[in-house]
Amino acid sequence: MSESAELLAIFGDPPPTDLVRTLDLGGYKWKAVTGADDVTRHEPSGGWAGAVVACDADPETAWALCRTLRKREVPVTPLLVLLSGGQLADLSMRDDLFDDFCLTPFHPIELEARLRLMLRKNTGGAGAELRPDLVEYSGLALNVETYQAAIEGKPLDLTYMEYELLKFLAQNPGRVFTREVLLSRVWGYEYYGGARTVDVHIRRLRAKLGEEHQNLIQTVRSVGYRFGQTRWG
Amino acid sequence: MNEEQRNYVLHTVEERGVRLVRLWFTDVLGNLKSFAISPVELENALEDGMTFDGSSIDGFSRVQESDVLAIPDANTFEVLPWGDTKTPEARVFCDIHNLDGTPFEGDPRQVLKRNLAAARALGLTFFVAPDMEYFYFAPPQRGQAPEPLDEAGFFDLTTSDISGSMRKQTIRTLEAMGIPVEYSFHEDAPSQHEIDLRHNDGLSMADSIMTFRLVVKEVAASQGVHASFMPKPLEGVQGSGMHVHLSLFSGEENAFYSPDDAYNLSPIAKQFMAGLLRHAAEITAVTNQTVNSYKRLVPGFEAPVHISWARNNRSGLIRVPIPKKGNPMATRIEYRSPDPACNPYLAFSVILAAGMRGIRDSYELPVEADANLFQLDDAQLAALGIDQIPASLGDALKVMETSELVKEALGDHIFEWFLRNKRNEWRSYKAHVSAFEHDRYLRSL
Repeated sequence: MSESAELLAIFGDPPPTDLVRTLDLGGYKWKAVTGADDVTRHEPSGGWAGAVVACDADPETAWALCRTLRKREVPVTPLLVLLSGGQLADLSMRDDLFDDFCLTPFHPIELEARLRLMLRKNTGGAGAELRPDLVEYSGLALNVETYQAAIEGKPLDLTYMEYELLKFLAQNPGRVFTREVLLSRVWGYEYYGGARTVDVHIRRLRAKLGEEHQNLIQTVRSVGYRFGQTRWG
Repeated sequence: MNEEQRNYVLHTVEERGVRLVRLWFTDVLGNLKSFAISPVELENALEDGMTFDGSSIDGFSRVQESDVLAIPDANTFEVLPWGDTKTPEARVFCDIHNLDGTPFEGDPRQVLKRNLAAARALGLTFFVAPDMEYFYFAPPQRGQAPEPLDEAGFFDLTTSDISGSMRKQTIRTLEAMGIPVEYSFHEDAPSQHEIDLRHNDGLSMADSIMTFRLVVKEVAASQGVHASFMPKPLEGVQGSGMHVHLSLFSGEENAFYSPDDAYNLSPIAKQFMAGLLRHAAEITAVTNQTVNSYKRLVPGFEAPVHISWARNNRSGLIRVPIPKKGNPMATRIEYRSPDPACNPYLAFSVILAAGMRGIRDSYELPVEADANLFQLDDAQLAALGIDQIPASLGDALKVMETSELVKEALGDHIFEWFLRNKRNEWRSYKAHVSAFEHDRYLRSL
């Protein structure tokens, strides 16, 4: 999957700020479009990964856009519409224009869950998510597709659990994770080393990252670990 | 095995262009054994294991059924950081199974797993940090005394540079293999070095020690030097030990720590120590398995001789180090008799079993022996109730063969094979007439 294939088209003029924030926090790449011309002009070479159309501000233009997106030679799919409770009646007879919908004001967790499910269903793969295949951060490059990590272009020789831990941290830069969370999210089962295992693996990862890059993984005193800097430095 | 884990290994082999995958396992005496397979066989090996003839391995042989199955532990798969980068090789540790899939009782790694599982059933995880000591020598010639690098004659002026740079290269290689080093330094004896590894769970640490010994030897060999883990290679100077720092964790809590004790030792820590002390003589043949091991365990060279413990007395068998900044996580005990020529899987198994017996049966910890025990005579030691650890391999085997604890920890197969093998070693040694005897007796008698 190329990087451009993951781009979502979002409509709303201007795009709703809560939508933008939810997409950013969820790690989705998006491009605002104001009409059908925009959709064609900005279409990535691999096609759009999907679209989110906000119908609540200007329903007429929004539904017209949905129709255009579906009537193209290569229809844009999947498509999620955002609309208010009062607009629910608009959904009837328009089944062909959307794949899912979410009521505004939406809860960010609900929207993210719907996007995740919708995009997974669309690509057909069980685990296929809209997740970048390539994570890059300050000299570290991690290719999720090939399971390979490199630092300054030099491959890192990792064991499976070291790789999984690094991947999880690098996919969530700036966030602080406790040992328990890392244990349950990365190991995913009751590992016999317990929470102390996390410390051991962090140490091993740092050893492999080398002196120059071991600060990529920071210890947050009496909390846990963080990869990279926080957004606020 | 989990699908992701398998994919990780297979993808890595493909992406990195790995040409050869070495399947590693350990024989009963602690020698690293390896056979190589090509990447095309790997998928099959991960799924079903690889069959090989166990009778070719020391301690594996049984008369009727000699075929065994090596099943890779995918979690230990790593690309080796040495060799030709154009044709990389990888290694993976294996568990040995019988053809019907049951664990093979002659496999030391499975023995350790069984002992770790017993502790885990009580909610305890065993952590170990070893201090590894070894010597660098000129390539040895049969029948000649070992020649340390630091002495003139071998590398002239640059010897200390060479051993220093070898140690550095060794540490770099270890770190690249995910074996973090805590300290390293030149030891007291000429050409002796020490590298202290950071703590890890017992199984990973036993694997790490196998890797460590290979890395030290490989790096030395690349410089035309011989690295040796022989416990006492030179008379009159210190031998090489493998002190092990031990702790038990219960989840995130150090089960050895208690804020209420003067030494910050919990009741569990004290019972564990008591178990180690009471069964020390029984497990010594395993932690010190060569004839030569017992030449290290003599007074005067910072090696333990007496079965005792103390906070800061290096003549005791167990020392309780003072943790930096009183850190509860660092509360631990140091068991000082093992040497680096042991089989780490079996040594950890019997050490853990002895300590766990102390916990199970609530042993009472004897009083601390803070005097310098080397200055006391036998009568004074007897008055304190302090025994000595076995003085020879022969003595150690005699105690071991009566030990139900060691038999249970090792399993019948290894217990019996080990005793048979080591009794042979002891018999050969007893029949040997040494230079010491010629010098001392030939002319005078």
